[in-house]
Amino acid sequence: MGADFVILSLVPMLIGILAAVACALPGNFLLLRRQSLIGDAISHVVLPGIVAAFLLTGQVTTLPMLAGAAAAALVAVALIEAVRRLGRIEPGAAMGVVFTTMFAGGVLLLDVSDTSSVHLDVEHALYGNLESLIWIDAEGWHSLVDPAALAGLPAELWRIAAAAAGVTAFTWLFWRPLVAATFDEGFARAQGVATTALGLGLVMVAALAAVAAFDAVGSIIVIAMFICPAAAARLMTDRLGAQVAWSVGFAVASAIIGYVLAGYGPLWLGGQDAVSAAGMIATVSGAILAGACLAGPRRRGATSSA
Amino acid sequence: MLLDALTLQLGYNATLVTLGATLLGITAGATGTFLFLRKRALLSDAISHATLTGIGLAFLAMTALGLDGRNLAGLLVGSALSAGAGLMAVHWMTTRTRLPEDAAIGAVLSVFFGAGIVLLTVIQTLDTGRQAGLESFLLGATAGMLRAEAWLIAAGGAAALALTVLLRRPMTLVAFDPGYAQARGVNLRAVDLATMGLALAVTLIGLKVVGLILIVALLIIPPAAARFWTDRSGAMAALAGAMGGAAGYVGTAVSASAPALPTGPIVVLAAAALFVLSLLAAPRRGLLAGALRHVAHRRDVHLRQGLLALAQGLPVYESYTQRLLVRAGLARPDGVPTDAGRAAAARALRDEARWALARTGQGNEAAASLYDGLRPISSVLTEDEIAALDARLAPRGV
Repeated sequence: MGADFVILSLVPMLIGILAAVACALPGNFLLLRRQSLIGDAISHVVLPGIVAAFLLTGQVTTLPMLAGAAAAALVAVALIEAVRRLGRIEPGAAMGVVFTTMFAGGVLLLDVSDTSSVHLDVEHALYGNLESLIWIDAEGWHSLVDPAALAGLPAELWRIAAAAAGVTAFTWLFWRPLVAATFDEGFARAQGVATTALGLGLVMVAALAAVAAFDAVGSIIVIAMFICPAAAARLMTDRLGAQVAWSVGFAVASAIIGYVLAGYGPLWLGGQDAVSAAGMIATVSGAILAGACLAGPRRRGATSSA
Repeated sequence: MLLDALTLQLGYNATLVTLGATLLGITAGATGTFLFLRKRALLSDAISHATLTGIGLAFLAMTALGLDGRNLAGLLVGSALSAGAGLMAVHWMTTRTRLPEDAAIGAVLSVFFGAGIVLLTVIQTLDTGRQAGLESFLLGATAGMLRAEAWLIAAGGAAALALTVLLRRPMTLVAFDPGYAQARGVNLRAVDLATMGLALAVTLIGLKVVGLILIVALLIIPPAAARFWTDRSGAMAALAGAMGGAAGYVGTAVSASAPALPTGPIVVLAAAALFVLSLLAAPRRGLLAGALRHVAHRRDVHLRQGLLALAQGLPVYESYTQRLLVRAGLARPDGVPTDAGRAAAARALRDEARWALARTGQGNEAAASLYDGLRPISSVLTEDEIAALDARLAPRGV
């Protein structure tokens, strides 16, 4: 737990925690609104977004790619809504039609265009590269107060921190209307809440979190973090405030335990190489959810929510 | 080259794979129809992602036993077991906890997929180092497939299709009215299980061709497209099967014709093209038909209102109505009605008066409820009934 930890593990772990929290917060509301799988859809369409951005700009730079991913997420949400309304198809199937088609388009674009010179592939989109986000300029814990070293922090950290701050601010500012619109949309509308705009805002915030998290950790964590911490928290309490708190706790725990297990677990078992941190974080969040399913005090919910 | 591929001239293996993918597409479309009607389309997404864990575990187990880790049959057994476990986890979560099904689906697919990725990275570090074959399961790869594997896919596709045909009646019944099906003595759980089992079979067969991320598209897109064309479940399943088969056939053939074209995405995009075509062009439910219906309705309303205005000697200012009247020869460009226009206007006014009487009087409630301002009254009442109405209208004069 010395200098090596600060250089190799501190930043990836922080990024993992921030990504997990940024996704878990909107995940709570998506869960209650039966929109959990929107995270699944968004994380799939990020790929065509970044590929299109790459083909347009010809280089792997972050901003165009983030913009492309965000645009793809918006296009996907609009298309899902269009297919659902115009085709009168149930939401799940409409989602399935749109995100598989866009993902297929992304893979095809990637395969037929020449991306051999750059680091852009499907595997990267899925797993991310959490382990590679090391803090080269750090020398130890004292680097945390060293401006020169701090300037060398990976840019991904700042981006995911900004996204997490944005998501938190959105949840904080719109708490009351969000809660009202989530539990009783008719009541909220009668109270003057623009529920349609708010619902769209929630999906956009989720998309922002997904895109920023995807940049650092790949899409597996994104789907898992949208759903697992919030679902586990839902089984712990009937109160939404407490549920959000539990979900943040579960998200942080998944990120830390998952990262440690991925990095050090194989060494304890006698192996030499680390395994995928993104996959391990998702797995740990699933284990937490399984625990909540088996022992969560409100797992049946028959007493109050029946 | 493309023509060769489409006419199955690219060699024995490519032909087998194309036939297998066609059978797979047919089965997926037909099976997916029942999932779609049961509103559980995305459940197949959980099934397909959950296979990755099984693939990884099966590889590790086979390697540990000293066998070839890439043996397709072994990998498929492993993925069937883990997909079955994922399915049970979704079922258990939705029945035993208060979590909704979509959250359970998302949780299972992300966690099983995440665990699968962990296993893949474990396999990468093994000195056997032959994991490259495993990553092809993510997006499918038919190039360089072994003959035994191609046979497995073709035979599996045929078997799953036969099962779907056998089970179509109970699956239809359950999809539309579970309560009635149960009262008829159909075992609901068994039929649901069979539907899931078929979706699982489609996933396994499709792993090598389309890949586990996109196989769900073959279960969802063709049924969604077929839904535009028909309201009958049997026809929908047949049509979805035909579209799925066409997508599988064209997709595999196109991708076999050029080295850089991946199979899975092309199959999915072919299906998506059929979906867009259906969305636009299907009669009745399609967008084009809807737009035409809207235009025709708008024309009818304008014409009718224009005639009523003429009948009452009111000027028509609305330019679209004016143009319609002139084009139909009912009015001159200066707005004065022609003889034909006067006659039609009188008929419209008389119809309106008959309707008004029919709607206030008794005995015609059923017909009167059909009033929409456009329908001629002769289409809902008999000549005798209209004569009776006219007799009551006459004293006041028209």
